[in-house]
Amino acid sequence: MLRATVKSLLSRKLRLTLSAMAVVLGVMFVAGAFVLTDTIGRSFDSMFTTAFSTIDVQVVSTPRAGQDSQDTVVADPVPERLVDTVQDVDGVATATGVVFVDGAKPLSPKTGKILSGGYGMPSFGGNWVGEDDLIQLRSGRSPTADDEVVINAGLAGLGKFAIDGPIDLLVTSPDGQLKQTFTIVGIFGYSGDRDSLIGETTTMFTTATAQRLLYGQEGLFSEIDVVAADGQSPTALRDRIRQAVGPSYQVKTGEELAETQSDAMREGLSFINYILLGFAGIALFVGVFIILNTFSIIVAQRMRELALIRALGASRNQILAAVLAEALVIGLIASVVGLGAGVGIGWLIAAFFDLSIAGIGVPANAIIASFAVGIIVTVVAAFLPALRASRIPPMAALQEAATPDRPLTRITLGGGIITLGGATALLIGLTGRAGDQTLWTIIGGVLVTFIGIALLTPVIARPAVSLLGRVFAWSMPGELGRRNTARNPRRTAITAAALMVGVALVTAISTIFSSASASISDTLDKDLDAHLIVSGLQASQNAPTFSPDVLTDARALADVDTVAACWYDVARWNSKPTFVTATDDVAALMSISGASAAEGAVDRLGPGQVVLDDDTAKDRDLAVGSTVELGFSRSDPRPFTVVGIYHETEMASGLVVSAEEATDFRARDPQLALIRLDDEGNTEAVRDQVETLLADNPEISVSDRSDYVDQQTSMFDTILTFIQVLLALAMLIAVLGVINTLVLSIIERTRELGMLRAIGLSRAQTTRMITVESVVISLFGALLGVGAGAGLGAATVEALRDEGFTTLTFPVSLMVAYLVLAGIVGIIAAVFPAIRAVRLNILNAIAYE
Amino acid sequence: MSATVTDEDIAARAVDVWKVYGSGEAEVIALRNVSVTLKRGQFTAIMGPSGSGKSTLMHCLAGLDTVTRGTAQIGTTALTGLSDRALTTLRRDKVGFIFQQFNLLPTLSAKENILLPLSIAGTKPDQAWFRQVIEAVGLSDRLEHRPSQLSGGQQQRVACARALASRPEVVFADEPTGNLDSRSGTEVLGFLRNSVRDFGQTIVMVTHDPNAAAYADRVIFLADGRIVDELHDPTSSDVLDKLKSLDAAGPADEPFGAV
Repeated sequence: MLRATVKSLLSRKLRLTLSAMAVVLGVMFVAGAFVLTDTIGRSFDSMFTTAFSTIDVQVVSTPRAGQDSQDTVVADPVPERLVDTVQDVDGVATATGVVFVDGAKPLSPKTGKILSGGYGMPSFGGNWVGEDDLIQLRSGRSPTADDEVVINAGLAGLGKFAIDGPIDLLVTSPDGQLKQTFTIVGIFGYSGDRDSLIGETTTMFTTATAQRLLYGQEGLFSEIDVVAADGQSPTALRDRIRQAVGPSYQVKTGEELAETQSDAMREGLSFINYILLGFAGIALFVGVFIILNTFSIIVAQRMRELALIRALGASRNQILAAVLAEALVIGLIASVVGLGAGVGIGWLIAAFFDLSIAGIGVPANAIIASFAVGIIVTVVAAFLPALRASRIPPMAALQEAATPDRPLTRITLGGGIITLGGATALLIGLTGRAGDQTLWTIIGGVLVTFIGIALLTPVIARPAVSLLGRVFAWSMPGELGRRNTARNPRRTAITAAALMVGVALVTAISTIFSSASASISDTLDKDLDAHLIVSGLQASQNAPTFSPDVLTDARALADVDTVAACWYDVARWNSKPTFVTATDDVAALMSISGASAAEGAVDRLGPGQVVLDDDTAKDRDLAVGSTVELGFSRSDPRPFTVVGIYHETEMASGLVVSAEEATDFRARDPQLALIRLDDEGNTEAVRDQVETLLADNPEISVSDRSDYVDQQTSMFDTILTFIQVLLALAMLIAVLGVINTLVLSIIERTRELGMLRAIGLSRAQTTRMITVESVVISLFGALLGVGAGAGLGAATVEALRDEGFTTLTFPVSLMVAYLVLAGIVGIIAAVFPAIRAVRLNILNAIAYE
Repeated sequence: MSATVTDEDIAARAVDVWKVYGSGEAEVIALRNVSVTLKRGQFTAIMGPSGSGKSTLMHCLAGLDTVTRGTAQIGTTALTGLSDRALTTLRRDKVGFIFQQFNLLPTLSAKENILLPLSIAGTKPDQAWFRQVIEAVGLSDRLEHRPSQLSGGQQQRVACARALASRPEVVFADEPTGNLDSRSGTEVLGFLRNSVRDFGQTIVMVTHDPNAAAYADRVIFLADGRIVDELHDPTSSDVLDKLKSLDAAGPADEPFGAV
């Protein structure tokens, strides 16, 4: 039996290769994800071990209660006198006060825009404390004057900076953001010949300048770096220093710091992992359809052979085992190839992010996951066809004709029930009734719905493709292609369903995003009564801000009626992170946002006072006069009195405090200003004037309403672009499925093709016939996908109506594009099968038994 | 063979045709210097044991296979050296085929199958001719049926009608009765015979069956790649006798075996 399996595999190399490709791709992404995680993890470990190699122990201020995650910590500076305290601890060789803050953004000499090593990469500013094992000057000298700096080689490369040249910096200081020009006197690199550690930019000043710029006064440091005396254990030293400095300061060994930092960075890049696993999931899900189809066709083709084996005495289980053994071998081979490709992909991505310094490794879990996924998916997909094979009666060997089409009643009924089940799960997930399992309920619901629709597909396949094919039926070859498509509705349906999955996912996401865009746009139209908006797009931990002076100047401009500025912070409210807005003119903010008072007064705010929206008040059972405890990024929790409650609008929600509190915010400068003009105001003219006020600030732009809407929705475009990549992948796999189906059909219809060629069907006509079949299948799949996706998207938007989705909009142009793309995909998929069909030897085909 | 044949009388002709498959050790000579002229309006049967080259001769004459040496022609068109495109057009317009396995398209109705060569060529059928043909094959009431709804004999009659639909120069029939019971076989042969008589259609038929060959005006016998004999207006027993004498003369192990 095993020999029969191997032989049968070898005789079907091509079609099995095609169906295995889908598994290969899926396994590739799984393996890639694991390899990447491993490589990045080890790279970060080594990087941060290097970065902290010169530090035995570090002292910083203890974060405030509740500020536990890396992102929310805003540590207070350490006073200079503490350096002496630490220096005096037994076993300390040197204690150095270091200023190191993410807050010195370099500007490009060419464009004036901020130079960044990449999205979210920090721009450090600090004090130059001399070279050590980690940091070495590559050229130039240490800064000695107030206007001198040294920069890391990474930054020098980014902006093509040279020694003695000028550099403009945008420094975030407690007094606001200021732009200043410095002279570069040195360029430094890191040990191991690295230009930067992770792609960050770093600018080092003299200690006094660094303190003045970044802390607003001298005598303050970010941290104290300690080198232990020879023979001192860092852990013991840490404990002694801890004792000396008391509980207001946090003391950690270099090793502990490296670990914390590395973990944080790993977490930050884990999204790549999720993307790869998402790709893997889609590839494998689509792959199941293709494998199922291939095995179904193979079993159908071998009907008589299998029946003969049964007649000769093989048991049902032996047949089942034989077919599953084939699947197992394919799964195994696909896993090996996929693993190899995954290692390559993982390494490529790591290299792309410059994170392959630790070298490529293949962790055991990558191997285990690859084989588990590859084999299980293949065998599960082959199970149904195998079961059908085992049920072939021995009599089939003696019967002449192929078995008639099985009725579609059962499959349709099953499909209906499964679709309903999937949709129900989806609904439960979307309406938030699944609690912690929401995400999985939604994903599961979507997948089950897809399976249900796939099962329903055969019923609609025949009429649908027949109708679709009419477009191409103006010539005989087209008509033949159209009829061929309708010949085996199950096969056409599964092939099309594979394509449906990708298109449906992308259509659904596009529908959700276009609805979100439209909703935002509608909301802004309705609830934003401002002519100009001053804001910036956040690209790193530090939000773009502008000087409060701009507000004063803007208010003084002619034609400006009202200006409301906003500061934002994530505060701790009962230990929970809560978004808080501060404003310098609450009355203006409320009126521009279309909000009105529900209780108390919302037109003035003093220190220690807060207004909040009616929903929050209801949820937390608060009324005017209640007290809430709020701790900002730079303050401990303190009581605030509720002085007013307003009706929530899409623009105004949450807690609002007065601008005085913003000194305790992470960003002490305003991030948003809403400007309303008086009746005579010319938007363009005032916009130019405000832009002049902000000339020094490349991060902030002034938008009119439509620009602002575009800005707010631009994020969706980025995500959509990314989603298209997902579609491309799903389509690629689906193309394999279409090719597979066509090749198998051509093999089945060899004699027919021979006859057609004999009676005068030309090569071009043969190609046209196969292309029509391919295009019709593809278009059918895309139509299903667009339909299912639009439905899925609409359901999601409906379910999220309360979350701000006010408008349902379909991305019509994208949907049309998907259909066109599917047509092109159909044409491409037909190329190889058509070549095969055209090269057919007519005589052999006619003689074919 | 009659001595004088004018060009207009020629439906198909082979002159000094050699067909060699493979080379060296594996060389198989299927046709050795075969010359034959098929006259317009004649029903010719080609007979011979398996491997005698009768199918090869037909394929070469029909433009399905190329000759190694010599020339083949249909009407006045020489096939040698024609491109695939030209050969395809030639087959479409000047040749009709009837296969042992019927070879109808299951997706098309009987009528659509019959008109398939015309549809492929993109020409309109001659309605009068079409009616004449379907009446002759007796399928008027089965036109909308699919092949799967027709009996073997009916399917082969559809195939016959398809071969005749485009009024080809020659119809080549490869064992047309091989898959039919004797009654259906007789019907099909009768139809072929009538179409020669009534429509002046030229038909070339390869067959094993002496009874089938007896319907032909002329029977050509092949053995070992050569034309060894021929009969005119034979009866089935004439054919059987001739076959027996050939059998005794040369080695032919399975005269009535499969193709």
